[in-house]
Amino acid sequence: MVKNEGLDIFAVRRRQFFIAGLIIAAITIVSTAITQYDPVKGITSVPKALWWMFRNFYPNANAFTRLPNILSKLHETFFLAVASTTTAAVLAFFFGLMGSKTTKVNDAMCKISRLVASVFRNIPDAVWAMIFLFSFGQNVLTGFFALFFVTFGVLARAFIETIDEASHASVEALQATGASYFQIVFQAVIPSSIPQVISWILYMIETNIRGATLIGILTGTGIGHLFLLYYRSLNYNTASLVVIAIIITVFVIEFISNYVRRLIL
Amino acid sequence: MESSSTISLNTLKKKDDAIKYSGKKIRIAAVGGSQTAINMTLFVLVAATVYGFLTFDYKSMDFLRAVSLTLGNIKTMFIEARLSHITLVEAFKELSITLGLSILTTIIAAAIALILGLLSARNLSNPKIGNVIKAVVAFIRAVPTVLWILIFAVSAGLGSVAAIIGLSFHAIGYLVKAYSETFEEIDYGVIEALKASGASWWQIVFQAVIPSSASYLMAWTFMRFEINFMVAVAMGAAAGAGGIGFDLFMAGGFYFDVREVGFITYMILGVALVLEVISTNIKNKLLY
Repeated sequence: MVKNEGLDIFAVRRRQFFIAGLIIAAITIVSTAITQYDPVKGITSVPKALWWMFRNFYPNANAFTRLPNILSKLHETFFLAVASTTTAAVLAFFFGLMGSKTTKVNDAMCKISRLVASVFRNIPDAVWAMIFLFSFGQNVLTGFFALFFVTFGVLARAFIETIDEASHASVEALQATGASYFQIVFQAVIPSSIPQVISWILYMIETNIRGATLIGILTGTGIGHLFLLYYRSLNYNTASLVVIAIIITVFVIEFISNYVRRLIL
Repeated sequence: MESSSTISLNTLKKKDDAIKYSGKKIRIAAVGGSQTAINMTLFVLVAATVYGFLTFDYKSMDFLRAVSLTLGNIKTMFIEARLSHITLVEAFKELSITLGLSILTTIIAAAIALILGLLSARNLSNPKIGNVIKAVVAFIRAVPTVLWILIFAVSAGLGSVAAIIGLSFHAIGYLVKAYSETFEEIDYGVIEALKASGASWWQIVFQAVIPSSASYLMAWTFMRFEINFMVAVAMGAAAGAGGIGFDLFMAGGFYFDVREVGFITYMILGVALVLEVISTNIKNKLLY
């Protein structure tokens, strides 16, 4: 009896695995057909690309003469990422308060702020970049607003969840003492959720450095545009230096964020 | 030595606090290293933001005019949204290409990341191999996806191959980190029990590790699928990698057609919202 049941579980599990595998295989085949993706070329082109990178994609002496220019663009991109993340975080925290179940003012505001956050989050930064390109042109503000809106959407959801998780007990305790709304926010919600909030902000700064590169390519600003210039003029040595500069920046930010997280969490 | 000094420091601080608080308004706040770190971080962030705004090259633009222009454009975009340079069928075809790119990327990345995740989880693998994989993956993650695609496009040509490999690189970097952390959270007792019974590494992986973490793996994978879709749109626009993103770029950067941008935005938003609802449902069903 026991043995039979055991066998049955394995049979069921095997069947589930088989069906799941079949579905994934079918989806893969359909997607391959739609995108006209050539799996053989896909596999063979990876070593080819790595070999090409090994032979062409490294900085040479000439590339280093452009370093001041690269660093000045990197400087702009870095502060663009920080400024857009910080300002978006302020707005997002307000929406977090409105959207969280523990600190909402009323149900309608809660629903509205969650919906607004969701819409902003699900419009890709490329779309925002296009929208602002119309009126702001090739300006640093185009990138700022594109990053600002997406970051706002992502952080608003994150903050809603953070406030829900972190401050439920302390909010309840303060409500019992008859504290006012602002007292609850400043004495319970902010202290208990601020470590997570900072952790999220640091994560978004790191993400936005990469996002700023992408938007720079679209809008003709910052480090992304510089990479495209060197890339289009087949100056791969200098283009590789741009990539290395981005990698180092991201690593430094990651290192600092991990350090700060260890201190505050 | 070190611990004794911190203890004495702490007691000193407590005495100090007691003196400070006696007879005065009682302030309840966490005083200590973490609070200082929080204040410092906030201060640095605000200072960097102010510095950024002061040093940006605004190229003497009329800010208010641009804002009012933007608001007008957004209104036209979303109220009078319509296609003019491509037909509805073409738009849906391009949208399905973008979805196809993100599906293929997710499947390829999940398969590779599963293997690398097992090899880099601290409790399942040699720490040296694990550290090497984690370092390589961190390097891959640090490079923006669009640069990966452009780099691969040099040897593979611009198209679905370069797009999928470039997108996969970043997705692998993300999923290896997520998967290996999931594996590391598994109850070590289960692995130990199987080891004691003489189970091989593969048996441990397939009988204990993957079944017990399957729901988390699914949640992470679908979350990445959501991200992959957004990235695939952006890559079509920035790297010319095909799909709806490229039409978006043409409408916005080439034809300057606000209404078409609006229509394409609605399409992208629709798919993204559906994916988000599915992802949230999967998460709630599997994890709670």
